[in-house]
Amino acid sequence: MSDAAMPGAALRKPWRSLRRQREAAGFGLWVFLGSEVMFFACALTGYAVYRTLWSEDFAAAARETNVVYGTLNTAILLTSSLTMAAAAEGARAGLRRLTLACLAATIAFGLAFLVVKGFEYREDIEKHLVPGPGFALEAAAAQVFFAFYWLLTGVHALHMSIGLGVTGTLLWQAWRRRRPLRSPAFEAAGLYWHFVDIVWIFLYPLLYLAGRS
Amino acid sequence: MSEALVQRDIPDAPAPGESYLTAETGLASWLLTTDHKRIALLYMAAITIFFFLGGAAAVAMRIELFTPQADLLSDDAYNRAFTFHGVVMVWFFLLPSIPNILGNFLLPLMIGAKDLAFPRLNLLSWYIFIIAGTLAIYTLLAGGVDTGWTFYTPLSTAFANGHVLAAAGAVFIAGFSTIATAVNFITTVHLLRAPGMRWFRLPLFVWAIYATSIVMVLATPVLAMVLLLIFAERAFDIPIFDPLRGGDPILFQHLFWFYSHPAVYIMVLPSFGVISELVACYARRRVFGYSFMVYAILWIALVGFLVWGHHMFVSGQSMLANLAFSFLSFVVAVPSAIKVFNWTATLYRGQIVFDAPMIYALGFIGLFTIGGLTGLFLASIPVDVHVTDTYFVVAHFHYIMVGGAVSALYGGLAFWWPKITGRLYPEGWARFGAVMMFFGFSFTFFPMFVMGFLGMPRRYHVYVPEFQVWHVLASAGAVVLAAAYLLPMGYFAWSLVWGRRAPANPWEATGLEWQTASPPPVENFVTPPVVTQAPYGYHPEDAGPPALDRAAHRPQGHQP
Ligand code: HEM
Ligand SMILES: [Cu+2]
Repeated sequence: MSDAAMPGAALRKPWRSLRRQREAAGFGLWVFLGSEVMFFACALTGYAVYRTLWSEDFAAAARETNVVYGTLNTAILLTSSLTMAAAAEGARAGLRRLTLACLAATIAFGLAFLVVKGFEYREDIEKHLVPGPGFALEAAAAQVFFAFYWLLTGVHALHMSIGLGVTGTLLWQAWRRRRPLRSPAFEAAGLYWHFVDIVWIFLYPLLYLAGRS
Repeated sequence: MSEALVQRDIPDAPAPGESYLTAETGLASWLLTTDHKRIALLYMAAITIFFFLGGAAAVAMRIELFTPQADLLSDDAYNRAFTFHGVVMVWFFLLPSIPNILGNFLLPLMIGAKDLAFPRLNLLSWYIFIIAGTLAIYTLLAGGVDTGWTFYTPLSTAFANGHVLAAAGAVFIAGFSTIATAVNFITTVHLLRAPGMRWFRLPLFVWAIYATSIVMVLATPVLAMVLLLIFAERAFDIPIFDPLRGGDPILFQHLFWFYSHPAVYIMVLPSFGVISELVACYARRRVFGYSFMVYAILWIALVGFLVWGHHMFVSGQSMLANLAFSFLSFVVAVPSAIKVFNWTATLYRGQIVFDAPMIYALGFIGLFTIGGLTGLFLASIPVDVHVTDTYFVVAHFHYIMVGGAVSALYGGLAFWWPKITGRLYPEGWARFGAVMMFFGFSFTFFPMFVMGFLGMPRRYHVYVPEFQVWHVLASAGAVVLAAAYLLPMGYFAWSLVWGRRAPANPWEATGLEWQTASPPPVENFVTPPVVTQAPYGYHPEDAGPPALDRAAHRPQGHQP
């Protein structure tokens, strides 16, 4: 199917060629991801410093996280990356049904991740793993570990929600034929989704596997 | 005029209805514009307001410091004044000033593009900036913050009684605007250069903005995360930097300065770009060592990330770390020195014209040199242990950030004023203002070196009477300086109505931005430009500048 005639595929203001215009979305997103890397790197550096300083306490605290939920979520997220990659490729090849289905699957997996995360948070609160008065663990720096646990998973979940919003918008637009499949937005959204995934790949061992070896 | 200047057949003023200023009218056409030139002016309006607000806080401080006792401000009010001053001047004036006003306006013009890569993102980033700025003003109205612009823990998390959360939120939000603009600039430079505009044909201003944008993209998120950590600790009592529960306040300083040292280069790199353009034009010379200038900019951007520890020599970090950071601070000064030497070498055998922008540029070179050299004093551990947290440090960074970067901003505004507005500013007044800024600045800040060296600590509102003479000098100088800042606002405004109309290229400068009408049409160029040679073709490469057939100097610009 040809999208060339669709309005969204037209050459917009600053661009001289369609190819460049397409390239820009991906390029800009890569630069932005550089920014995101530094954002998480800052918190992970803090984590690394404290883990070196309080390795025993961190190991003891990390054993309290729920590794079943964590592992389940890792599997869900990796699968969602697969469907997202398929959606981006499908859009590039102009396969409308495949793209729509894969975007929908990605959203389903993303929501599943957040639901699991919600159950996990509820359990954490019940076990008094929120730093502050009445905190469950004795070890001095266990609260610091859980400070990072809440912060990192929270910020990650926020990124997931933004990703879900973007993917949802794209799905709706593609479904209503408001956005041509050749739009570079699909690939850009995919890049972002994979990045959020990669962040989790770092968080999983640091927060769930630490202290369990 | 030399043949090396490519003269294309361009009308001086755009046809009526084509100028970006008049193509559309009405408030909505401004607030919803995606034209980079109009957005630059939106930024100019907003940033001017913040300059006034930050300046008002400075005035209050200088009045207070006129006498050794507390007369105008209490200790707590003084803390709030310098915090507001620092936060507003750093994040809402200096950091966005040259990139967002001149960069926004000039970047597409200089590389021969119609606009930035993402015009709507550009507008969005202005709105984010406005939201952040509003929050900053709210912070002040609600009673202010007393932590200093550095937000050191545990003061900011456990003890401060001001509105730390709102202030941190304002800076956090402003970061999104910075990052969005930087991504836009980087993408534009990579993908929108005109045919023939190779990397090493880019004007140095473009290189400077490009390098600044890279630093913005990589450093700003670190600040965002640090502020988020502070926010979490203060709002939800989550221990991160709290020493009572295993946290380490020094870690905060590391993370903060990992952002804030690069940030000082975000503030000064763009002015390097402006100064290179001004010096070349008013000396009628090719920039000496163009490629070295480029490498120096990139070197600063890179090594600037490796020296943060020089702000922490007395924090108790190890001697090894101190030595490494001291050494690296000397390394980062090398490219700055290269730039100063190359500007001077550009002047050598130039046909120098002392128009206002050039006076600003020469002032910049002098003040920046003093600021940079005292940076080396501070980078030497034995000296720093003596003068850290004194007015010596205050003088050091004001020499670079205020003496340097603000001079460059005013010089750049004067230089490109005809391009932006289509009007010439009054040269006599402008020269007077430029000279006054140099002297006013020196009067205000040189005494700070002396009193700092004698032991006057920073951030105090009362002091021993021995220091009064220096404080009185500084306060008196500040009056002159304030006049030098206000004067251009007056004559720029005057020129909008009564200024002579500017031709397309009043200074006979090279650079694509001069190859289109003043003010430029909405699309920037009527015929898309093609670049065939290196920048700064003020004279043939194999001969000096044309001394004999030097064009008559016309302070009001070249009139057709
Ligand atoms: C030429 C290279 C430079 C060197 C070697 C240098 C060195 C230093 C050192 C060692 C300090 C810490 C002093 C102390 O707290 O005891 C310092 C403070 C400072 N410098 Fe520089 N500096 C340089 C360039 C710059 C530039 C280009 C800027 C701004 C555009 C700048 C802005 C600042 C600021 C804002 C502070 C004080 C921060 C604070 O404590 O509030 N410096 N500098
Ligand atoms: Cu520094």
